[in-house]
Amino acid sequence: MCAMRDLDAKAREAKGKKAAFGQDIDLESFSSDNPFHEAVQDIGQLPENERERMLMAGIDTRPGVRSGTYLQKDGTSVYSTSLQEGLEIIPIKTALEKLDWVKEYYWKLLSVDTDKYTARARLDLHNGYVIRALPGAKVTYPAQACMYIEKDGFSQNVHNIIIAEENSELHIITGCATAAHVARGLHVGISEYYVKKGAKLSFTMIHHWAEDVAVRPRSAGVVEEGGLFLNNYISMKPVKSLQMYPTVYLKGKGAVARFYSLLVGSPGGELDVGGRVYLSAEETRAEVISRAITNGGNIIARGDLIGEIAGVRGHLECRGLILKEGSIHAIPELTGKVDGVDMSHEAAVGKIAQDEILYLMSRGLNEDEATATIVRGFLSVDIPGLPAPLKEEIDRAVELSQQDMM
Amino acid sequence: MLIVEDLQVKLGDKEILSHIDLEIRPGETHILFGPNGSGKTSLLMTIMGYPQYKVTAGKIFFKDEDITHMTINERARLGIGMSYQRPPSIHGLKTKQIVKICSGNEINVNTLAESLNFSDFLDRDINVGFSGGEIKRSELMQLIAQNPDLLLFDEPESGVDLENIALIGNTISRLLERDHRCAPGKSVKETRKERTKMGLIITHTGFILDYVTADKGQVLYEGILACKSNPIEIFKQIKEIGYEECVRCAT
Ligand SMILES: Nc1ncnc2c1ncn2[C@@H]1O[C@H](COP(=O)(O)OP(=O)(O)OP(=O)(O)O)[C@@H](O)[C@H]1O
Ligand SMILES: [Mg+2]
Repeated sequence: MCAMRDLDAKAREAKGKKAAFGQDIDLESFSSDNPFHEAVQDIGQLPENERERMLMAGIDTRPGVRSGTYLQKDGTSVYSTSLQEGLEIIPIKTALEKLDWVKEYYWKLLSVDTDKYTARARLDLHNGYVIRALPGAKVTYPAQACMYIEKDGFSQNVHNIIIAEENSELHIITGCATAAHVARGLHVGISEYYVKKGAKLSFTMIHHWAEDVAVRPRSAGVVEEGGLFLNNYISMKPVKSLQMYPTVYLKGKGAVARFYSLLVGSPGGELDVGGRVYLSAEETRAEVISRAITNGGNIIARGDLIGEIAGVRGHLECRGLILKEGSIHAIPELTGKVDGVDMSHEAAVGKIAQDEILYLMSRGLNEDEATATIVRGFLSVDIPGLPAPLKEEIDRAVELSQQDMM
Repeated sequence: MLIVEDLQVKLGDKEILSHIDLEIRPGETHILFGPNGSGKTSLLMTIMGYPQYKVTAGKIFFKDEDITHMTINERARLGIGMSYQRPPSIHGLKTKQIVKICSGNEINVNTLAESLNFSDFLDRDINVGFSGGEIKRSELMQLIAQNPDLLLFDEPESGVDLENIALIGNTISRLLERDHRCAPGKSVKETRKERTKMGLIITHTGFILDYVTADKGQVLYEGILACKSNPIEIFKQIKEIGYEECVRCAT
């Protein structure tokens, strides 16, 4: 308990600490008072309108398509079930109470005093999940987690721990969405990822927020020898302010991390999204790839690779497309701390090339169709190692976004 | 029928075509010769409707409609299609997808690709890293899928290797309904009458003439069309006395 008290003391000191990046959010203007939500017995029985909202964020409530589900409404964990042996899904508050080992993973990769958001997630934690694949377990169907905001003006503070034990394989899709009537809200989400020896973790996050929602995820992960961490992030719906810069530490020989982000900035939106990887062990590899499109919002796409020993390889790729107004700022950074690191970056920001539109028009498409086709192509990045159902969810998010972009 | 009437075209501030008259009747194929920079591509792009080529005088009619101010896709719908000299690459758009776009989804892309030796390229992004000869086959494949009535070919055979040149030549010939002089049981005249496809082909090498019979040839020289005559004759003349003499001699 002593450790927890230390955390609280540290967090309290950081309560007013501004973040390194992103607009400063007035936390007091959001309410952390959690409304009551009843536990859900069967997610298939959720109201149609809720299931639809969730589906847009990749959360599929039909039977047989997911290996397990965690569902949180506002601050309350309402459903938490694993359907596969070797897969554990537990609300984090329960886990912290009942399972001693969880403390080994709680606030170990991130510090509570990073900024006011981490502080809030410690001092005012609602809930969150622990998802774990046991050693050797191959959880091939994706597990899913949904963070749902139903109360207007709510500040949802969550903490998630994801563990892929040695030689396991785990695919998670996590969808964040608001109820249709919610206009305003704040989501503060801490995520700590542990990819152990020889394990493979793919984590696909689809955000489907509302126009006046602020989002401050704080994430970090560690990958051990021979492990693979695939981190996909998709935010294509209007959101007011989003800032995140997840960090991954490649600690074991041959560990690999890959980030893929697909971002769409709508009018009035501010997106500041990056990925940072420390390549600290032999033969580690990293890739940070982003595609950003704006039709009015401002997007900053960051990437940072830090090569700490010889022989590591990394690549950053930020491509931005300005459809209408708005701006895209690509900031790729590379730091080599020794001789013999092989790291590169590629950044390109621009408008859709007119000659590409005209070419497609000469094949019979009208201007809007041609634009949509090029945008779809721009957003279609091949993500090696991603299971088909997750690829389908990403494709669907892209399709959905196209309808409002045009 | 395509009718180009006293056409004058500017690209930026520069006049690149002047007083162009051209008439392609249903079933006819014309060959367009001319030195580098003479405006051949510009003429095709203007007929296709590229907005940077500003028509400052004259008119273009196709199928009895004045298309001078139509958008590119309206022209495409009306039945004009083009095989480009230098098409743009589009990242993330697979070749098979663009072929489907061309056909409006009504074609077996795999069979078509096989017929053009192009199956291996279907999953590649269109034109990205394609070699010169590969671009030609890709363009041809798209045109077949699109099945237009007026086919504009911008140097369809340049850079194509010896094996593929016959393939391309014969395919173009078939597309333009030139593959037989006499359809079975019909006379030359009847066969000719039944042709509806129109073609306008730019060539430097003349190789295409070995495969496609053409009705007329013309030379574009410094923005002016001249020398209307038998394409093989013209090609011979150009080889012997050069473009300038050829044009001088005709005017
Ligand atoms: N974007 C441009 N800006 C300036 N001049 C241009 C531009 N595009 C084309 N031109 C010029 O217009 C003229 C006609 O070009 P066009 O491409 O039509 O020639 P062409 O007859 O097709 O030549 P080639 O046989 O080399 O393909 C050339 O002098 C060319 O340099
Ligand atoms: Mg040309």
